[in-house]
Amino acid sequence: MGTYLTLVRRELGGYFFSLTGYVVIATVLLLLGISFAVMLGAYNGQALDAPLTELFYSTMFFWLIPLISAPVICMRLFALEKFSGTFETLMTTPVSDRQVVGAKFTAGWLFYALTWLPLLACLRIVHNFTTQGTPFDWPVVGTTFAGILLLGALYVAMGCLASAVTRNQIIAAMLSFALGISLFLLSFLKFSVTSQAGWVAKTADYVCLIDHMEDFARGVVDTREVTFYLSFTVLFLFLTLKVVESRRWK
Amino acid sequence: MNDAPMIEVRQLTKRYGRRAAVQDVSFTVGRGEIVGLLGPNGAGKSTTMRVLSCYMPATSGTVRVAGFDVFRQADQVRRHIGYMPENNPLHQDMRVREYLKFRARLKGLGFRRSRARVDVVLEQCGLREVSRRMIGTLSKGYRQRVGLADALVHEPELIILDEPTIGLDPHQIRAVRQLIKDLSPAHTVLISSHILPEIEMTCQRVLILHGGQILAADTTENLQKTMSCGGQVVAELAGPPAELRACFEELDGVERYDVAPAEGDFYRCALTPRPGVDLRPLVYEKAVSRGWRLRELTRTRHSLEDIFVHVTRADREEENP
Repeated sequence: MGTYLTLVRRELGGYFFSLTGYVVIATVLLLLGISFAVMLGAYNGQALDAPLTELFYSTMFFWLIPLISAPVICMRLFALEKFSGTFETLMTTPVSDRQVVGAKFTAGWLFYALTWLPLLACLRIVHNFTTQGTPFDWPVVGTTFAGILLLGALYVAMGCLASAVTRNQIIAAMLSFALGISLFLLSFLKFSVTSQAGWVAKTADYVCLIDHMEDFARGVVDTREVTFYLSFTVLFLFLTLKVVESRRWK
Repeated sequence: MNDAPMIEVRQLTKRYGRRAAVQDVSFTVGRGEIVGLLGPNGAGKSTTMRVLSCYMPATSGTVRVAGFDVFRQADQVRRHIGYMPENNPLHQDMRVREYLKFRARLKGLGFRRSRARVDVVLEQCGLREVSRRMIGTLSKGYRQRVGLADALVHEPELIILDEPTIGLDPHQIRAVRQLIKDLSPAHTVLISSHILPEIEMTCQRVLILHGGQILAADTTENLQKTMSCGGQVVAELAGPPAELRACFEELDGVERYDVAPAEGDFYRCALTPRPGVDLRPLVYEKAVSRGWRLRELTRTRHSLEDIFVHVTRADREEENP
């Protein structure tokens, strides 16, 4: 446990020692800001019939954040260490592969969560300037964040895998971006499937990230969706672990 | 502490795909020894070290460090080893003290103990004045010392250093060499290098690795003895060249000779002695008896290449007598 925490601390620290971390924070802040401005412009003076968080999520900038930030956050995790050779010094200390993968994932995920914090400030501003009693509930904000974090876990795990298979950070970022986009585009499968019966429709429904997020933003926590995110996160982490272990099979 | 030898390698083979980087290598290293692994680039030094440090498993053969198997008891082995890989990779974005502390914690030292140990190794490696500097801004010599400090921080019994002095200037090389020598009684040290004097000066025993196999394993003294035969003696003499040639012709220990004019009326004579003969006193006596002036008399040092040629030749002769 001690070594795990040491590793998490080091990885998190790495984001703040390098420019990448600040670039990611700034980009996410910009996207959130645009999202906020667009929303304010669109709904200025109108009565709202949906939770505020849902409106936030409905702008496309919302989706750009995990799609772009996760690959950039994760690209350095393994690729940089392999490139600079520090992976060798790391793997010759008494740490297990599992600890390394776990710590890197945790650090990436925590940093991803951190970049989302400005959303709270946006919501707070709206909260302060609305004359109506409560335009949104805090529990709904909670579920929205739960959704964001679950989605983030999946994307960060994917980023870990992409970073573990290469020593080049750019390739890692592109690979995880491609994976992320592909998964996201699967969401649209649902809208093109005409019949609502059959396994295709069911699968399409199951992998529809947009629908999932909509539920979370409305305050609905569906265990099927939670299972979906958790199981895929675990799958990608498992694959990452196997890639890290693979140096022993060669 | 147990009584097992520090390193015990038996028939180690490591293949990358079809190519064998190390083949059937066996050696032992006792506690407290400083052993050099000598060989040209691509001889399998780094591969051997990587297997020893549990970074990669062997294709076949057993390797034990302090009695622990590197494959089955990797965790135990790693605790006993301080390893500095080739090119000494470091986190450029960390400060020296912070990096060492991070490494100490990774190696299982507690909070207080890691702090105390970091202070000790900072002092030991002469890093005190740069302890707050960013590693990325340090000179190569300092970085190398950071790598050494990292290898030492958890007080390992065995220290494995892969080309520790590569790319350093002579002053730095001397400092690193001294540091390694100081480790000797308390730690076992395995160093790799492709520079012979380097190994000669620090190690008590040398393993010569070439093409993935051990060609010679001996103490430095013995190796030098083997090397002294076959070396060249160079003498600069002032005398008629024909007489010089005639003299070398009849001199018993000379296998080959070459007389070439040098500056002034001197001639540069390069003599290859027969095995086991030291030609220098003989040449001196000849010069005195014939009244030639003698300006220089030296035995050329063997380069690593010569030893390889020598050792590989011996190897081949054994195969087809």
